[in-house]
Amino acid sequence: MNRKAGVLAGIALAAAGGVLLAPALGIVSLSDLKTVPVLWEIRVPRTLLAFLAGAGLSLAGMTFQAMFRNPLVEPFTLGVSGGAAFGATAAIRLGWTFSVLGVSSISLAAFVGALASLILVYALAMARKSFSPALLLLAGVAMSFFFWSLILFTQYMSNFSESFRILRWMMGGVETVGFNAVLDVLPFVLSGSAIILCYSRELNMLAAGEDLASSRGVSVGPVRALLFTASTLMVGGVVAVCGPIGFVGMICPHICRLLIGTEHRFLAPATLLFGGLFLVACDTLARLIIAPAELPVGVLTALLGGPFFIALLLRRPVGGSSFT
Amino acid sequence: MTEPAVSVERYSLRLGDREVLRDLTFSIPAGDWTALIGPNGAGKTTLLKALLRILRGGRGGIRIAGVPLDSYSQFDLARRLAYVPQGEGRSAPFTVREMVEMARYPHRGPLAPLRPEDRSEIDRALQETGMSGFSSRSMDALSGGERQKALLAAALAQQSEILLLDEPTAFLDPSQQADVLGVLGRAHREKGMTIVAVTHDLNEALTHARRVIALREGAVVFDGPSADLTSGDVLRRIYDHDFVIGTHPKTGRPVLFPE
Repeated sequence: MNRKAGVLAGIALAAAGGVLLAPALGIVSLSDLKTVPVLWEIRVPRTLLAFLAGAGLSLAGMTFQAMFRNPLVEPFTLGVSGGAAFGATAAIRLGWTFSVLGVSSISLAAFVGALASLILVYALAMARKSFSPALLLLAGVAMSFFFWSLILFTQYMSNFSESFRILRWMMGGVETVGFNAVLDVLPFVLSGSAIILCYSRELNMLAAGEDLASSRGVSVGPVRALLFTASTLMVGGVVAVCGPIGFVGMICPHICRLLIGTEHRFLAPATLLFGGLFLVACDTLARLIIAPAELPVGVLTALLGGPFFIALLLRRPVGGSSFT
Repeated sequence: MTEPAVSVERYSLRLGDREVLRDLTFSIPAGDWTALIGPNGAGKTTLLKALLRILRGGRGGIRIAGVPLDSYSQFDLARRLAYVPQGEGRSAPFTVREMVEMARYPHRGPLAPLRPEDRSEIDRALQETGMSGFSSRSMDALSGGERQKALLAAALAQQSEILLLDEPTAFLDPSQQADVLGVLGRAHREKGMTIVAVTHDLNEALTHARRVIALREGAVVFDGPSADLTSGDVLRRIYDHDFVIGTHPKTGRPVLFPE
């Protein structure tokens, strides 16, 4: 218990350090920044956006992994990011500009797309009465193909500049000017993670098996619906602004489980903080690696995530249901 | 007169297009040890899950401690019924203590931390099952018997009057079987817990259970004292198979051997 609290405190310190340090790094040195508005207009909002996106995607990944009892699922591999991306693309293409209670139509469309995709995958798993990793991954792949082809179709129907914008956005990135994008993502990540942190005990029990959770007094149906909604809220909110950044939701919870165990009262805050830190670090690297040009951070996470995914696949039998 | 722990009246359940439980009527007195037997696929596990409301949507009535199942919240139901699923093939990424701690859920408020009484119940359950030394071990690193005892410890920590077990001794070696049955026996004698255990081991049913309910193709085909299992063609009606009845050289009780 004390060791876990120590690890959590360490991750929190590292996250705070990363968020403070990242804006100071870049080709324009900090001393020159006083004369140009790079720091507050670009680097600070970008760091905050990266933190929120990483935190939201990681926590959503952790929640999906617990509920499907499968360490390989995450928003990207389940096809939830694809659904969100299609929702957002459709909203952009249709030229929707309205907002509901300050939430943009693009974010709402992304949320609806994410939810639709998740419901389809879940319904398929229930129909086959199996949460086997292989089945879920295949369902996720099918879902992704389906939504990507819809996105490609939308892109094909767009003019050249729209088409390029969609393509660039699909690579995933957190570059932004000013705090508007941060404020667009914040309510989604805040509300989603608040729900998940409050339900970490229920998440433990669901990870141990739905039958056991039910026999211990968890109202599995409503709790599951609430947790799915909370995670898709975060995925939708993040993907609408940053595009589908892949594999963060698989890498971060996995590393955190190795550091702190699966007890979600510790794992959930650890994943939230570590996920934020991870994407801030990746984005800083993506800014510096081919400076003065920049790499979209989604490309970098995918480059890291691919081998990581394969390593996880090799370590376990795909047909088995073990979950660590 | 106390209410029966479980009473089922004209209960049927369909899963998909198959009627898996058919017009069941029986009751289980409080404090009894009942063995639930029958061939594979007879609906035994399904019946446990229906009692626990893991499976819903049946027709007919189920009462737990005199109260209709539907009027319980899941939370209140968990204080009446605890469940020990089959341990074999069950993976859980938690330590034994974390697993047992989860069973205190129905006794704590939402978001409430563990209270001293929760901790002492957890310690007691670990001790009663001989699992104190395993509390920080991962569930996935345990042997079959240890995992079964850890699940049993969790169910005891849940402090409910009725314990529903799904083949608690399957896949265990003889000494682990005796261990698990010993723990169950003490809970039954000392705490007066009602025990309903699915089993394929007829001699276990004869020795430990006072009553036996047998299902076949989703219907009750026998409901009576376990001693009556050996009379007439009871076993043949249940299993469609003949048995030889011998006598235990030490206890003098009947022992069953499949032909």
